[in-house]
Amino acid sequence: MTATTERAVGQPIGRIEGPDKVRGAARYAAEFQVGDDLAYAWVVQSPVARGTLRTVVVDPLVEPDDVLAVLWHGNAPRLGPADDPELAVLQSDRISYRGQAVALVVARTLEAARRAAASLQLEIDEEPHDCLLRVDHPSAYEPEKVNPGFPASSALGDVDAALAGAPVTVDVTYSTPALHNSPMEPHATTALWVNDDLVLYDSNQHPPGVAAAVGALFDLPADRVHVITEHVGGGFGSKGTARPNAVLAAMAAKVTGRPVRLALPRQALFSMVGHRTPTIQRVRLGASADGRLTAIDHKAWGQSSRLFEFAEQTAVTTRHMYAAPNRRTGHRLVRLDMPTPRWMRAPGEAPGMVALECAMDELAVALEIDPIELRVRNEPAVEPESGVPFSSRHYLECLRRGAERFGWHDRDSRPRQRREGDWWIGTGVAGATYPAMVQPSTARASRLPSGDYEVSIAATDLGTGARTILTQIAADALEVPVAQVRVRIGDSTLPMASVAGGSSGSASWGWAVTGACRALRSSSASSATFDSSELVAQQEKDGKHAFGAHFAEVRVDAVTGEVRVTRLFGMYAAGRILNPRTARSQFRGGMIMGMGMALHEESVLDPAMGAWVNHDFAEYHIPAHADLESVEAEWLDEQDDQLNPMGSKGIGEIGIVGSPAAILNAVWHATGVRIRDLPARLDKILPYL
Amino acid sequence: MDLVVNGTEHSVELDPRTTLLDALRDHLGLTGAKKGCDHGQCGACTVLLDGRRVNSCLILTVTLSESEITTIEGVDHPVQEKFLEHDGFQCGYCTPGQICSAVGMLDEAAKGWPSAVGDPELTDAEIRERMSGNLCRCGAYPNMVPAIREAAGR
Repeated sequence: MTATTERAVGQPIGRIEGPDKVRGAARYAAEFQVGDDLAYAWVVQSPVARGTLRTVVVDPLVEPDDVLAVLWHGNAPRLGPADDPELAVLQSDRISYRGQAVALVVARTLEAARRAAASLQLEIDEEPHDCLLRVDHPSAYEPEKVNPGFPASSALGDVDAALAGAPVTVDVTYSTPALHNSPMEPHATTALWVNDDLVLYDSNQHPPGVAAAVGALFDLPADRVHVITEHVGGGFGSKGTARPNAVLAAMAAKVTGRPVRLALPRQALFSMVGHRTPTIQRVRLGASADGRLTAIDHKAWGQSSRLFEFAEQTAVTTRHMYAAPNRRTGHRLVRLDMPTPRWMRAPGEAPGMVALECAMDELAVALEIDPIELRVRNEPAVEPESGVPFSSRHYLECLRRGAERFGWHDRDSRPRQRREGDWWIGTGVAGATYPAMVQPSTARASRLPSGDYEVSIAATDLGTGARTILTQIAADALEVPVAQVRVRIGDSTLPMASVAGGSSGSASWGWAVTGACRALRSSSASSATFDSSELVAQQEKDGKHAFGAHFAEVRVDAVTGEVRVTRLFGMYAAGRILNPRTARSQFRGGMIMGMGMALHEESVLDPAMGAWVNHDFAEYHIPAHADLESVEAEWLDEQDDQLNPMGSKGIGEIGIVGSPAAILNAVWHATGVRIRDLPARLDKILPYL
Repeated sequence: MDLVVNGTEHSVELDPRTTLLDALRDHLGLTGAKKGCDHGQCGACTVLLDGRRVNSCLILTVTLSESEITTIEGVDHPVQEKFLEHDGFQCGYCTPGQICSAVGMLDEAAKGWPSAVGDPELTDAEIRERMSGNLCRCGAYPNMVPAIREAAGR
């Protein structure tokens, strides 16, 4: 560092694109002006869960002047083979789930496209469907692997014998409903063909991945598909790969010879772009009388579609949370006539830690031990299943420091003790963790004629602060002020970046940016490129996790059963915090989504229709302003030099891991009612008040 | 028809089914107002119609020949600076609607319009209640409330 340059990393710098966002100038996928002949597409979704689409009948008298094309499998262009069968749109007569895209209307105006779409007659041979996940489903099976490549099961010691011999045991089943990511910006694509190359303005978390996936379908190499993703209105996992909207828009543009815009209506996001699988989880814990775990057994059931196997890693987190000599985890999957699940913020960890951390609370009650003390007694020295040492683990410090900050110590551990007016009041705690992952990426740093620097990488900023953080990282690596650095992201033609997912963006992209900037600084060339692949490949993958602790105070209305979260507090140990301002927002955002998971969010299945019926914001309730009272996040200074050049762990997802369990444990403490089937709706609580 | 947006008169030819939101975004190139749900459930499309906040996805443009429309592109209000100061957003997609809604809400509160909370002052509880028509999936709410409170001069 030169004496004149203050380090940018660690400073609470405001978002670089902030002024554009508060003035309405930031452009999202459906907002680019691409010519006067832009056409609009409207997607037609299957009204049945299983069957065969025989034909589509078009009424020629509906919007005759404006309809440009009606595409379905009988006339749509043939696509190349798709790695993701959800992208093989309009290629087959088979209907795999209700809400699947079966036709597309393209018209000169949005209004005409929408009306024409509503008027199409779909002739379908409907078949009986099967949409309900249950543990005794005859076709439940053990997948070979669970995401993103873990063995589906693990076992150490003799769990059954340990449980049989344990003086205290807990045997509980928790279930979590299907959840929908629900980013505020619905998935959208504006597509145009320029000569024979494809240009997509697309809302996604991985422009290079979208370019490759869509290119393969149209027999184009990735470098002939230009994906532009300037701003993304949230994704939370649902935009991690190309979604059907990108393919449909490209297809429609090809057929009509015009630029085509397809912005999915909100309702379509509840079937076409993914969801968090519902889970049913049985957790069995055995402990000695002094609160040491002798056995942990966690088995999780989830679902996938007929189209392909998406096996969420629900029980994997249990492999590294607590010490126990006898342990077992397992997964079962049921393939149903339902849409394919996808990643949703902390896939696996979020629902898995509901079951584990609520079961730990139940064990603490059975043992009459403080739930924090129970966790202290079961802290492992190394990662329990792999035997690999943790690169850093400050879980107990998070619990202790969090307890001090929250005011845990004078807590009466008995439930249903505190009443203020009509309200029962209680507090709860739960652990949090998320793997610190890193993926290969490439970045380029260049000197500009002005003396400033340009840093390019095909990353995206979904609201994470990535654009700002990469600027800070680059400034430090170049040893210049942030004002001298321009970061270009959101474009597939820039150097290859990994997906904005798995809380790995800053670590992965930051590593490549640091490498490129250092290389440029040590050379006289006008630009330098750095590919982190080799260094990332050499790294030990196990034993790297962020940890945290969530604390909740709730009040439950004794008359109505309504739950209010009066205080939600998170204490984290997540490596070096690169920008405290954006980090605090991300932590709190995750906690708030966790509150939604605990109390409100639930995609309600009608097994007869084979559909989630509450497919909009009026009926799928995400947290609103009025749901919140105090939500605070803090963190420990954690140094870990085994991670990446910045010493950072991802922070985008850990806030939703454990926060729902803390709230549910607080509901029990307030009322004595143990909710094991999420969300904790008032009708589940009221009968016991 | 003629449409007055942000003080400028525009002459537009529209399908009579066109909502104000689609007219702004697709015909006038004013894409600041966002389409989050198209059903008046999320507030991302909020604009000011003769100074009052409305969901522009629920209004047919043909009804507006006598109205003055203000979109985020025409807003210049302390709320914007306060949103920057408090990091009142992440992805930014709900932000124009939140800001237009806050501007309209502050005017309603100043005029003494009641809310379900019923505090005489514009407390944080009042702000949260009055802003609950504007959803934010990133969960930037805890930063928006002090931004709005300070913009109100409290």
